[in-house]
Amino acid sequence: MKVAEDYVIEMLHITKEFPGIKANDDITLQLKRGEIHALLGENGAGKSTLMSVLFGLYQADQGIIKKDGKEVKIKDPNDANRLGIGMVHQHFKLVECFTVLDNIILGVEDTKHGFLQKEAASKKVMQLSEKYGLKVEPDSFVSDISVGMQQRVEILKMLYRDNEILIFDEPTAVLTPQEITELMEIMRGFKKEGKSILFITHKLSEIMAVADRCSVLRKGKYMGTVNIADTTREELSRMMVGREVEFDIKKKSQEVGDVILSVKDMVVASKAHNNNAVKGVSFEVHAGEIVCIAGIEGNGQTELVQGITGLEPLKSGSIELCGKDITNASIRERSKAGMSHIPEDRHKHGLVLDYTLEQNLVLQRYWEPRFQNHGVIKSMEVRNYAEMLIEKYDVRSGQGPVTTARSMSGGNQQKAIIAREIDKDPQLLVAVQPTRGLDVGAIEYIHSQLIAERDKGRAVLLISLELDEVRSLSDRILVIYEGEIVGDFDSVAMEELGLYMAGAKRKDKKEAAS
Amino acid sequence: MKDRKALAENQMFVAILASVASIAIGLIFGSILLLILNPSKAGLGISAILTTGFSSLDQFGKVLYQSAPLMLCGLSVGFAFKTGMFNIGATGQYTIGAFCALVGAIAFQLPWWMCLLLSFVGGAVWGVFPGLFKALFNVNEVITSIMFNWIGMYLVNLLLANMPIMLASAWGASNSDRTANLAQANPGAMIPKGGLDRLFGDSSWINISVFIAIIVAVICWFILEKTTFGYELKACGYNKDSARYAGINANRNIISSMIIAGALSGLGGGLYYLAGTIQYVLEKKTLAMGFNGIPVALLANSNPIGTIFSSLFISYIQVGGSAMQPNFSSESTDIIIAVIIYLAAFALLIRGFITKLLKGGQKEEVKE
Repeated sequence: MKVAEDYVIEMLHITKEFPGIKANDDITLQLKRGEIHALLGENGAGKSTLMSVLFGLYQADQGIIKKDGKEVKIKDPNDANRLGIGMVHQHFKLVECFTVLDNIILGVEDTKHGFLQKEAASKKVMQLSEKYGLKVEPDSFVSDISVGMQQRVEILKMLYRDNEILIFDEPTAVLTPQEITELMEIMRGFKKEGKSILFITHKLSEIMAVADRCSVLRKGKYMGTVNIADTTREELSRMMVGREVEFDIKKKSQEVGDVILSVKDMVVASKAHNNNAVKGVSFEVHAGEIVCIAGIEGNGQTELVQGITGLEPLKSGSIELCGKDITNASIRERSKAGMSHIPEDRHKHGLVLDYTLEQNLVLQRYWEPRFQNHGVIKSMEVRNYAEMLIEKYDVRSGQGPVTTARSMSGGNQQKAIIAREIDKDPQLLVAVQPTRGLDVGAIEYIHSQLIAERDKGRAVLLISLELDEVRSLSDRILVIYEGEIVGDFDSVAMEELGLYMAGAKRKDKKEAAS
Repeated sequence: MKDRKALAENQMFVAILASVASIAIGLIFGSILLLILNPSKAGLGISAILTTGFSSLDQFGKVLYQSAPLMLCGLSVGFAFKTGMFNIGATGQYTIGAFCALVGAIAFQLPWWMCLLLSFVGGAVWGVFPGLFKALFNVNEVITSIMFNWIGMYLVNLLLANMPIMLASAWGASNSDRTANLAQANPGAMIPKGGLDRLFGDSSWINISVFIAIIVAVICWFILEKTTFGYELKACGYNKDSARYAGINANRNIISSMIIAGALSGLGGGLYYLAGTIQYVLEKKTLAMGFNGIPVALLANSNPIGTIFSSLFISYIQVGGSAMQPNFSSESTDIIIAVIIYLAAFALLIRGFITKLLKGGQKEEVKE
């Protein structure tokens, strides 16, 4: 080992096993002082497990952790904190009904005779907030602030504890493009201050933009560490996936068919405020085309989908599926009429996490005569069907059909949902951010499935926040802004699209209806 | 190490071990309490709790007899649990069930199985209200079912007090604070002994009720594990949002599961009072049986088959407790039984602890 290297954290030969899976197999990770070190890997590659070991959530079966060259034992997050290690989790760990300030000081509150002393804390938080450009409202409740601000609260939590080593677990998965740019700036600021950053992600462009070095994991194994200056996107993706990855999607052109989905003057109420979230939207989706609804988060996409899929009632307007009026149809009736729905939130809607994989795979069709006889489930049939889907869609899990959905990785959970929804052979597939939080390999796979559906002559309605995805998949782009469709394009330049999404431009109604 | 891990992954093994361990802890605490209350008689008390149930066939018959209503109340609570509902109203449903059965038996002179059917329906009617309020107005079922416990109890007392034919005094006895003895009023309404009394040395307690309860438990297990109805109910219980997304009518399931839960408790009431050994006493307190269904269900982790065993255990402890009477006041016996049951219900907590222990301090959940 060279003496010259100044490693602040070293994780040497870490091995960690779970039932059926070796999550980390002899992994070494060395973090230099004052660098941004990316940790790259597909879902299930073992990134989160490795970070959980570092943060004290898991104990490694083998291997040691060194801080400043000295071996340390990290038994729980308190130990990690004492060593100056802080982490922003992928799913934020905030108390929703507490204020921002309360969340930041939670666990390290100053007290005097048992009473909270918040003045000093408040001052320190404001100082940190100004110093690093982390804009927050200390007295707002976490439940009322945006996802971006919630993340800034998580970052402030680490800074408030004077952490020197900052772990970001997939921080950009929930952010808008503008917020991502801001976050990158903030990370560079930390680097200047001499803080060391571990940045877990699978988005290559972000790594290329901000990281100094990058360690790559694949299926629990360590693939090596490279200097970003000496590498390329292609090389990184090859290290991560183990093969060449197609960045450009090949799509054959085809004639569109009949109208499958027709939405007329749809109005859906908002749950958050008194205004309507969707204000009189009309559009059509034809067989054999992918129509994409682009827009910045919170412009009515969620409510639009809820209206189409029947999760929320319409205030007015009508929906037709394959020429049949389904405006007031139940969710089950829409499903029977040929609608499949890949939901935005796979944990809340897409899966019953405590059910097994096979139980989840029949969630939309357990009632079909194929799977039940007079109300008694044909368990053999369910098992066979699940095994077929698992094989066909390459859903990986620890124990096959009987794995609890909760214990599966995010990418495989999503694959299971996609398998279920596509295998129903729908006329219309509504896919809401189907690749959110997934890695390159899984994204590539899901994109190819969506295109296969289109090529089969199915109608696909895609709702996405990722501009790359919008541009490469869609045959037609509808831009939604504040609950209205403000643009309808066959093809459009990215900059142009951005202006429509921000509400700076709009086509007038006649033109947009095309 | 490998073996221990394999054991830790065996859900069934961990669940059973946890239940047994929590029972043991409960018994230890109970013994300590006995020592504090009455040191000189503590030894007798402990042996009474531990051995009475098996001390004679008569006592064992009593264990089986009492376990039947307990089992049904446990099934009731457990069934609702699976749908994500906390049925704290088992005691009200139980009381209404008992009332319906007794009215059928005494006032209408119906045969025993008709009376049981009435108790089943009565309990179901009492269960539907919390379900309706929850489904239609999103009123917390705990609040509604507690209110319905009291409404049920006072309603039954009120009705009985105004139905002279129901009371013991109408059938040749002197007391009017309780319902008539079925042996005098309508022997045909007593649950048949099926020859078990001869097997159990002329035990006055034993009848076929425990077998009815076991059959019902198996039916519950079948419904929950093998039918689309059970699949829907559990989906609602685990994740209401994804159940809705899958087109499952959550409200209908909430109501159905509360009807079934109520019917189970009601049947429990019927089984208990139609044995003919116990008469319903008009008192101003809710019956403990329904509440005891909660620890029975918890101890069994809401599993219907597990409920069979947990109810037998709790019934055993209760029979043992009542044998302590001369040396310990009935209040202190109640406290000791309560402590044992209470700690026994810690099964879930201990389950996590055992898994941790077997895995050597690791967490159960697998991330990535």
